[in-house]
Amino acid sequence: MSDLHASLPARGLWDRLTALFWRRPGLLVGVLIAAPLLWLGVVYVGSLIALLVQSFYSIDEFSGVVQREFTLKTYAELLRPANADIILRTVTMAAAVTVASAILAFPIAYYAARFAKGRWKAAFYLGIMLPLWSSYLVKVYAWKMILSKEGIISWAANGIGAGAVLDALLALPGIGGNSLSTSYIGTFLVFVYVWLPYMILPMQASLERVPQSMLEASADLGAGGLRTLWSVILPLALPGVIAGSIFTFSLTLGDYIIPQIIGNSANFIGMAVYQLQGTAGNIPLAAAFAVVPIVIMLVYLGIARKLGAFDAL
Amino acid sequence: MKRILTATTALAMALPSITVAQVKELGAGEGEVSIVAWPGYIERGETDKAYDWVTKFEEKTGCKVSIKTANTSDEMVALMNEGGFDLVTASGDASLRLVAGKRVQPVNIDLIPSWKNIDDRLKDAPWHTVDGVHYGVPYQWGPNVLAYNKDVFKDAPPKSWSVVFEEQTLPDGKSNKGRVQAYDGPIYIADAALYLMAHKPDLGIKSPYELNEDQYKAALDLLRGQRALVGRYWHDAMIQVDDFKNEGVAASSSWPFQVGLLASEKFPIGSVVPEEGATGWADTTMMAVDAPHPNCSYMWMEHTLSSNLQSDLSVWFGANPVVPAACEDKSGMQTKEGCAANGMGDFEKIHFWTTPTAKCSTGDCVPYYRWVSDYIAVIGGR
Repeated sequence: MSDLHASLPARGLWDRLTALFWRRPGLLVGVLIAAPLLWLGVVYVGSLIALLVQSFYSIDEFSGVVQREFTLKTYAELLRPANADIILRTVTMAAAVTVASAILAFPIAYYAARFAKGRWKAAFYLGIMLPLWSSYLVKVYAWKMILSKEGIISWAANGIGAGAVLDALLALPGIGGNSLSTSYIGTFLVFVYVWLPYMILPMQASLERVPQSMLEASADLGAGGLRTLWSVILPLALPGVIAGSIFTFSLTLGDYIIPQIIGNSANFIGMAVYQLQGTAGNIPLAAAFAVVPIVIMLVYLGIARKLGAFDAL
Repeated sequence: MKRILTATTALAMALPSITVAQVKELGAGEGEVSIVAWPGYIERGETDKAYDWVTKFEEKTGCKVSIKTANTSDEMVALMNEGGFDLVTASGDASLRLVAGKRVQPVNIDLIPSWKNIDDRLKDAPWHTVDGVHYGVPYQWGPNVLAYNKDVFKDAPPKSWSVVFEEQTLPDGKSNKGRVQAYDGPIYIADAALYLMAHKPDLGIKSPYELNEDQYKAALDLLRGQRALVGRYWHDAMIQVDDFKNEGVAASSSWPFQVGLLASEKFPIGSVVPEEGATGWADTTMMAVDAPHPNCSYMWMEHTLSSNLQSDLSVWFGANPVVPAACEDKSGMQTKEGCAANGMGDFEKIHFWTTPTAKCSTGDCVPYYRWVSDYIAVIGGR
């Protein structure tokens, strides 16, 4: 017996570690997720908290020095007409872009999900993804050329005698401008183009999950195409629509490149943050501005969760 | 390059009169020198082989040059506060802050033989000379010119900034509405103030960077009127070049850089410094108070004044050399005509960028951070 005992090999560090992890599985999990948790906790949440704290400071009216005392003065500044304009402008644009993307994306996603087969399906995926492979800046600059006063759109419009239509469109108060590329219409078009794939993909995923049997049942019960679309397909695909809208809405809300290049230079939230923190040294107001989209998105995500959007992601 | 100004405090006004010790004599090079610079300011032939003013310096002195680029004056000041760098190419809005913060040391001009070649107008410029002490060596300067489309203005270049500030019919018979641009930076308020200085003398504006509440309000009102004329505000030089070509822009405040680029593409572009004068920028090479490589730093400062470097840099950057000889002596690519186009002859008409501070020579002025929020409002249509 004692021989058998002695023949057990001496246990090295590795063996003991393995044994420890085997006895306490929680420890292994802890070690494995420690690094990502640290990343999320310190780098991500930490910087967000630093931002939040900054937004409660204020800038001294006289000297322009940041005062590190807790105050809500900076948030009150957000309500000044010029700043409220920026928030309203950004949110309106984000909402308009989201609605337009949803309307445009639905037929595309529907065709890709239900009718495209085999090679066509692959072609569809490729067609939707392809624009995402090229640089975002290249696309925006290309659009600047397309939309410019002497660009292809106004050239074509004049060529087919529709120049007056374009002029009438640009004469619209509020959203018009000197040319497509210096008007809100242009900014809107480019936003829709750039974010459309983010709407199509989740929509397609949710449409694919609508069972064929439901559509057949709907037809058996005498519902026409429109009725089926409205009462069966749309409600079932809604989570996908909401998921897509989270992308288009939040991406538009935070973007500061497109409105800098296309549009009439009026500030969006991102541009205001960029200017206030970089050149003005008004970090508190920049931070307060940065908190606005976070709050809007938290509310939005809360509603989306209720509607089951995360089931489709 | 964006020469963006930053909000400073009243620091710049409370300059120390004590003199920090300066270098008395030069020794051998330490083998390296590190410089904080604007992008494109110090080229070693990596962007374009023809533009290289580092390699030869390194071969001659054995001082390896390392460059840290900074995009804003804020960044530059922050980097210099951090320490570890020898030199910085500071603009007028950063230079006095660096002096006031005791981040840079006085420069012993006896150790810089080429000092005598510097433009007399710059030797004692107030953005680097405090109480008669020199805190740096001038590097380059340039005006913000009025660029115009020659097809629109025919043979009569605009004489006044009014073409971008007030609605009027341009020589081609069409209104300027939607066909002019303005700079997308709060410092542009100074351009409006400069215009008012000439056209509304009762406001009593002495300097476009020192505005009291009334003067400031008048400048903002002018800019609000301008908003109706401007299709897009520019901040990116390449976008402005594109807008001149594709958006039918007739006139705009601009830099010689864009004008040169458009002219090189045979675009009908012209530029003037109008009768009201213009705003502009002037940069200075300054030396950190605790520069780890003082000898190499002095060698570099001497090198920056070489006619050849000044000549090539002024072509590369669309700026003006601080050594006037560089315009004519053919030591580099610059020519007399090139200098004239960059505004070399307009020095007296240029009001160089400085940061507006709350305390100013006329008493209380509107500080820069308010310029920022108000200019955002103006562009937003408020």
